[in-house]
Amino acid sequence: MNALELARWQFGITTIYHFVLVPLTIGLTPLVAIMQTVWYRTGNETWLRLTKFFGKLLLINFALGVATGIVQEFQFGMAWSEYSRFVGDVFGAPLAMEALAAFFIESTFLGLWIFGWERLPKKIHLATIWLVAIGANLSAYFILAANSWMQHPVGTTYNAQTGRAEMTDIGAVLSNPTLLSAFPHTIATSFLVAGTFVAGIAGWWMVRAVRAKNESLARSLYRPAVLLGVVVMLVAGIGVTLSGDTQAKLMFQQQPMKMAAAEALCVSEDGASFSILAIGNLANDCAGVRHVISVPGLTSFLANGDFSSHLDGMTEIQQRDEQRFGEGVDYSPNLAVTYWSFRLMIGLGAGSAALALLALWLTRKGRVTGNKWFARLALGAIPTPFLAASFGWLFTEMGRQPWVVAPNPTGIDEIRLLTARGVSTSVSAGTILTSMIVFTVLYAALGVVWFRLIARYAREGAPELTDTPPADESETGPLSFAY
Amino acid sequence: MELTTVWFVLIAILWTGYLVLEGFDFGVGMLIPIIGRDDAERRVVINTIGPVWDGNEVWLLTAGGATFAAFPEWYATLFSGFYLPLLLILVALIVRAVAFEYRGKINSPAWRARWDAGIGLGSWLPSILWGVAFANIVRGVAINADHQYTGGFWALLNLYALLGGLTTLLLFLTHGAVFLALKTDGTVRARAGALAAKLSIATLVVAGGFAVWTQVAYSVTWTWAVVAVAALALLGVVVATSRRREGWAFALSALAILAAVVLIFGSLYPDVMPSTTDPAFSLTVTNASSTHYTLTVMTWVAVVLTPVVLAYQAWTYWVFRKRISTADIPAHTGLTFERSRERA
Repeated sequence: MNALELARWQFGITTIYHFVLVPLTIGLTPLVAIMQTVWYRTGNETWLRLTKFFGKLLLINFALGVATGIVQEFQFGMAWSEYSRFVGDVFGAPLAMEALAAFFIESTFLGLWIFGWERLPKKIHLATIWLVAIGANLSAYFILAANSWMQHPVGTTYNAQTGRAEMTDIGAVLSNPTLLSAFPHTIATSFLVAGTFVAGIAGWWMVRAVRAKNESLARSLYRPAVLLGVVVMLVAGIGVTLSGDTQAKLMFQQQPMKMAAAEALCVSEDGASFSILAIGNLANDCAGVRHVISVPGLTSFLANGDFSSHLDGMTEIQQRDEQRFGEGVDYSPNLAVTYWSFRLMIGLGAGSAALALLALWLTRKGRVTGNKWFARLALGAIPTPFLAASFGWLFTEMGRQPWVVAPNPTGIDEIRLLTARGVSTSVSAGTILTSMIVFTVLYAALGVVWFRLIARYAREGAPELTDTPPADESETGPLSFAY
Repeated sequence: MELTTVWFVLIAILWTGYLVLEGFDFGVGMLIPIIGRDDAERRVVINTIGPVWDGNEVWLLTAGGATFAAFPEWYATLFSGFYLPLLLILVALIVRAVAFEYRGKINSPAWRARWDAGIGLGSWLPSILWGVAFANIVRGVAINADHQYTGGFWALLNLYALLGGLTTLLLFLTHGAVFLALKTDGTVRARAGALAAKLSIATLVVAGGFAVWTQVAYSVTWTWAVVAVAALALLGVVVATSRRREGWAFALSALAILAAVVLIFGSLYPDVMPSTTDPAFSLTVTNASSTHYTLTVMTWVAVVLTPVVLAYQAWTYWVFRKRISTADIPAHTGLTFERSRERA
């Protein structure tokens, strides 16, 4: 493999890994804040126990998410220096804003939340976790502003003298239509991830408590957590669907090649059908695509709200791009990856809805359940929205290829960059291979520890409360929390 | 002042914030086994920075992001050129961050010892490597007409840069020991104070040597004043630590790190990365910078947000101002990996 391929693999591995952890942080922090708020408002200690239980799981996740986030900011310069030179004037701004406006809040107030249980008045301590939640969500906004610009560059002009993209309108960059649909989609996904996480673990515990003849614990402690998780899942699920629909419609306009590949739509059609199953050939090209199961007209409807509308196929888009951007380049993404990641994203995302509906039924009117199949389903559902999110990003990024900065169909043609042109020219393949191996091995080892810790703490259940909580703002006595 | 110069100064400020704050975090991390002789003492040492280390580290992310936004050429040349040292720093910071959070999660001495080793590695490596990196930037590296670094990894390990690495290492060790003396009580405080007194002398000698070498070989006249401030501050640390004036020692040690950053950036200006291949190929505040528009936007962002950040970070230090000792350390709350009894 050459430096370009290795740098792409490295970016893919480190980014997907990072974004397994991040959605849980984005979604779970507000849920823990809600739990703590309920305890603060009602004094009901159930919610304090749940706050501490899920708070601990959050911290285990948070640490690894933060640690792997540093790599993200550095590797643009390290492995993608030519990309950085081309886009830095625009792309660096949201990254710097993220650090200054969001990440500082998140990290500083997390420290206050962890160590402040008895050092801070209850109300201020509650405010710290909300600030962490706001910081985490704000972070996502700026990072998605940067990514959305790569999908659909706006607010930028081309400087022919330097050959660089130059920002002309920060407002346009921060209100990019791509961003305005990607942000709610990502946040809703994160809440789906966190809701499933909470409902899954609490659901498993509810069954376990019932089977251990401790129905009152199941009813008083775990059932409320299951309901919170399920409600979040349902609301988030609707949000994911609606924002995803908006995003897809937008993407048909902005990156028609990506969407054509997602549907394996090789030639232009009126009333294009939605492919449920298609089979390709080993060459992974249009010539081998055979649609096995399809829903007539549905893709046209999803793209334009009209079952018979016209959609361009990959062949026509390729011809158009050749005229516009030059011949000799294949402007289509990897067909199989784009097609399947799109389907897996949708399918897996819908998977956790099954759990939500079943849980609602089993807990109706104050009921609890001791059904062991429900316990298995509850645990089994936890990974599905994580996987859906990963496939979603795989689709977004792989579907944009061969571009790293995809040209804006209604923008300036010069604002575009092939991925192959973005890689660092001064870094050898051997060096990138070294770092890729180092990151992969390190991340794998830490991933095993992360999983074992989360599993261990989840299996322990919500902690008992210790005695009477000390008075607010105590200046003496042991810390309630210490490393 | 030109906006490019403003941003050069702002980046220096961000690095100062990072090195002053994470400087003592690194020092504390390195000193865990040296100052903490038993488990309770080690926990005292770690918990002095427990609530703040994560916020301190964001200064690095901000410095990196600001360099990307304000000087994309600098960011691109530097990060791709110093690829392997940065890889080592990243590995160190990842292991360290996770180690802080995970060490107490499982109640086993072997588990804690492993993560403490991780904090150690994660503190020693960057303490040396930041010095090596900055010394190389000041000294100049091989950069061609396309602004690409052509020197390779081993060229970065020259004598001057290694002395730079030793300088940051000693600065941070002293800074950490002084911080521990200021934030703890009991045996830990006494031990940290005594160690700080010894370390500060070594730091004065080595850092003084590095400062003079920098001044004579690479700098401009006015930074002699900065060298003098650094030397006086470090001398002050020696005096203050020997008299156990902990507050003064910490303030002066922070001043010494500030002076080091000013010396480095003062020597560089108007270059940001001088080329040893041909001075014409050097990266400067002008040829490496973003456009006037981007710098204007970023100036507003920085001017509005930096004071806010400083305010709430300062408040954090106020909240956790109390000294801690082994009496403050609670029993271990970590679980064990063995299956617990069924509690439900």
